[in-house]
Amino acid sequence: MGIEKYTVKELSEKLQNKEISSVEVTRAFLDRIKKYDPIINSYITVCEERALEAAEEADRRIAEGERGGLLGIPVGIKDNICTEGITTTCASKMLYNFVPPYDATVIKKLKAAGAVIVGKLNMDEFAMGSSTETSYFKKTKNPYDTSLVPGGSSGGSAAAVSANLAAFTLGSDTGGSIRQPAAFCGSVGLKPTYGLVSRFGLIAFASSLDQIGPLTKTVEDCALVLKYIAGHDKLDSTSVNIPIPDYTSALGGDIAGMRIGVPREYLEDGIQPEIKKAVLDAVKIYESLGAACEECSLPLTKYALYAYYIISSAEASSNLARYDGVKYGFRAENYKGLNDMYLETRSQGFGEEVKRRIMLGTFALSSGYYDAYYKKAQQVRTLIRKDFSNSFAKFDALLTPTTPTTAFRFGEKADPISMYMGDVCTVAVNIAGLPAISMPAGLDSAKRPIGIQLIADSFNEEKLLSLAYAYEKTTGYENLRPDLKEGA
Amino acid sequence: MAYETVIGLEIHAELSTKSKIYCNCSTEFGAEPNTQTCPVCTGMPGVLPVLNKQVVDFAIMAGLAMNCQITRFGKQDRKNYFYPDLPKAYQTSQYDLPICQNGYLEIESNGTTKRIGITRIHIEEDAGKLVHDDFRGVSFVDFNRCGVPLIEIVTEPDLRSAEEAKAFLEKVKAILEYTGVSDCKMQEGSLRCDINLSVRPFGQKEFGIRTEMKNINSFSAVVRAIEHESQRQIELLSEGKEVVQATRRWDDSKGRSVELRSKEEAHDYRYFPEPDLVPIVISDEWIERIKNSLPELPDAKRKRYISELGLPEYDAAFITASKGMADYFEKVVECGAPPKIASNWIMGDITKLMNEKELESIPFAPEYLAKTISLIEKGLISTTAAKKIVAALFEEEKDPEIIAKEKKLIQVSDESALLPIVKQILDENPKAVEEIRAGKDKAMGFLMGQAMRATKGSANPQVISKLIKDLLSV
Repeated sequence: MGIEKYTVKELSEKLQNKEISSVEVTRAFLDRIKKYDPIINSYITVCEERALEAAEEADRRIAEGERGGLLGIPVGIKDNICTEGITTTCASKMLYNFVPPYDATVIKKLKAAGAVIVGKLNMDEFAMGSSTETSYFKKTKNPYDTSLVPGGSSGGSAAAVSANLAAFTLGSDTGGSIRQPAAFCGSVGLKPTYGLVSRFGLIAFASSLDQIGPLTKTVEDCALVLKYIAGHDKLDSTSVNIPIPDYTSALGGDIAGMRIGVPREYLEDGIQPEIKKAVLDAVKIYESLGAACEECSLPLTKYALYAYYIISSAEASSNLARYDGVKYGFRAENYKGLNDMYLETRSQGFGEEVKRRIMLGTFALSSGYYDAYYKKAQQVRTLIRKDFSNSFAKFDALLTPTTPTTAFRFGEKADPISMYMGDVCTVAVNIAGLPAISMPAGLDSAKRPIGIQLIADSFNEEKLLSLAYAYEKTTGYENLRPDLKEGA
Repeated sequence: MAYETVIGLEIHAELSTKSKIYCNCSTEFGAEPNTQTCPVCTGMPGVLPVLNKQVVDFAIMAGLAMNCQITRFGKQDRKNYFYPDLPKAYQTSQYDLPICQNGYLEIESNGTTKRIGITRIHIEEDAGKLVHDDFRGVSFVDFNRCGVPLIEIVTEPDLRSAEEAKAFLEKVKAILEYTGVSDCKMQEGSLRCDINLSVRPFGQKEFGIRTEMKNINSFSAVVRAIEHESQRQIELLSEGKEVVQATRRWDDSKGRSVELRSKEEAHDYRYFPEPDLVPIVISDEWIERIKNSLPELPDAKRKRYISELGLPEYDAAFITASKGMADYFEKVVECGAPPKIASNWIMGDITKLMNEKELESIPFAPEYLAKTISLIEKGLISTTAAKKIVAALFEEEKDPEIIAKEKKLIQVSDESALLPIVKQILDENPKAVEEIRAGKDKAMGFLMGQAMRATKGSANPQVISKLIKDLLSV
């Protein structure tokens, strides 16, 4: 293994010291993708030519003396983030040929910072799923064990980072879609506070829950990337106008005296014992570093999952209505008249899980059911926010598992309800709009990565990252890497 | 049995903003299809809306002008339905917290003032336009209009006749024009109207079953649609049949309505709060700022024309019904024309010519009408000549004095120039002179005619008459 194993931080230093060029780094990743992605299947699109052009441009900028943490660094992008001129499919037949005429705000920011986009990453169709199995194109494999799912929906983003197929990646998180695959693949995944990163150009699943965030090898990289993608965007009305700090400068500070709550509802039945143990071990580590840990309660946690599936499906049913075969993407070939065109296009263009959620959401918004479902779910949402804000009056952060279990096998969760239950530790964070990070916490007895989650109050990413960084430096779990066998 | 018609209106007005409601695309009418579009207004995947604040300004302005309460904490909602001219498959509108609520306007009906309640005014986006090619059997979509901001004004069911509906619409149109909220160009579809109508026996308290007629885009069509629909419902009830609650389409060319969809087939729009937009919070300062920017409204103007300019009630109402006309009138008066003379010209020849030529505004500068009037006042032209000048101004806009000279319409009023001519005529017609002295007025006309002929019609008849009387000392 060559330079692909380095972190963003390390690569950036080597680029700036001119030990290597961006073209060399980019070629190394492209070669590795050719070699290993036939097994991992993390990319839907690899854009070799564009990437090399961008790398050359980055090298020019470096030669002119420009400095920057992402300058010349290869990045993979989840395929629901619009990239001008590069097919953006949402892993759906519906958008199999959709080439966006514009860049998402995060892409504009990455390009301005000189990052090199190497390709677009696989995901669950329209980000609906927790295993990347609902992708129309391919099944992404877990780099630790190819018989396991990588998690989802940002399964491609997590697997690519874990397998060193990109220096870092962007994912999106609606109910855990960054954190859960990060946990399954042994990567770091951050879901920023709702409103911190612009959603402009992120193909919407559930508008009030979606956030773009980084998946990286280390917490330090995560802080570095966040600095470049965060910030107010006048094209996104829900983006917040606050000053963006240098998140990396907060790392390494003393965490003594910080208060960490451990909500008991997240450690109840159904949590794999080894994961529970990882959380309790983390408590000991934090205490050894001088933080005060205390058991606490988030009594409304059990309602979060239900509220989540109603709100996210309701919003999705409206957000996905525009895929009607009229303007772009897939259109059915044979139809009789307008209504039939809609019916055939949407029946053939969407996969089963997407259709299930559209129907669920349509039902929840229907006249006569709105109050019982959507409105009630929104009320629960308000209460869950209150639940969290009560906790943050007392604690700097909350510590929980990221997932109830480690990665499962393909096809193991054929029943949608059992799949949905896997989101139990992550959805409440989205419902409340909070920032949360999943970080590697070792392997279970079957050598599957464990992830644990830290949650902070809104816009407290600095606190969150510095706590995560302290854990990572103490445990060294970020150095675990999967062994990959070469592909066909 | 005698029936009463009950009408409520929903009026859609396109706002006069430069850019669309959620993006920066131009709202200008008449551009090549799909040239005023962007990823946002064509509903590309991943785009987000950003509210144009001027839309809220205009809605508040319309609300204040129509005596509404302004909602301090409003929101926008999605109205979900599929149609090819609606690229997101939802229209961003307002459901339960519209910007304006509980207003009213007063109209004149049968000589009394009647108050018509306004339930609400909300903001929303317009859809695109479908163009059907029947020959090839295909349809095209033009998204230029997609995202053009609208307000929808919803009335209480307070209107009782086509005339009242028309009077109300005229009032609304005048207010929107005065405030600059909408240009109300009906041929361009910037003002459209849905009619909710039911009938009931006189004296009955409960409303009858209503129908809704959609997207009617002229006042005269509104009148025809109301008259036809109320007649249709009355006939049904008189025959002991029932009115079916339905949405109907009014076909103005055929003069009849057809059922589009019944109550059972009505859409479930699945309204829910638009998560991509933040709540609209309207402060006291915001409302105060709009209040201070409100121009003089039609009612106030009408009263001022009567009290300050001495116009009769009828003239004041006529002129103030259109902002364009009122502005024009005021300019003419500012240039020194007597108000009543100015209003006579505007309501008379000018309106007649505008109707003949199907014009929406007067095609020449108010200064020119003022000057034409002053030429009459100065005795330089006759009223008949002035009519010719005004007609000429509809053809070509130029200085009325030049027109008068070119068309030889200037009259000679100079006594010293006319005196020799008049003397000569008196000398040549001793018989007529005798008759006048004997008190026979008829001969006066004869002499005047002779003098006008001698001057080829260019003499000021009043001066001729005076000279004859002076010379004959009568």
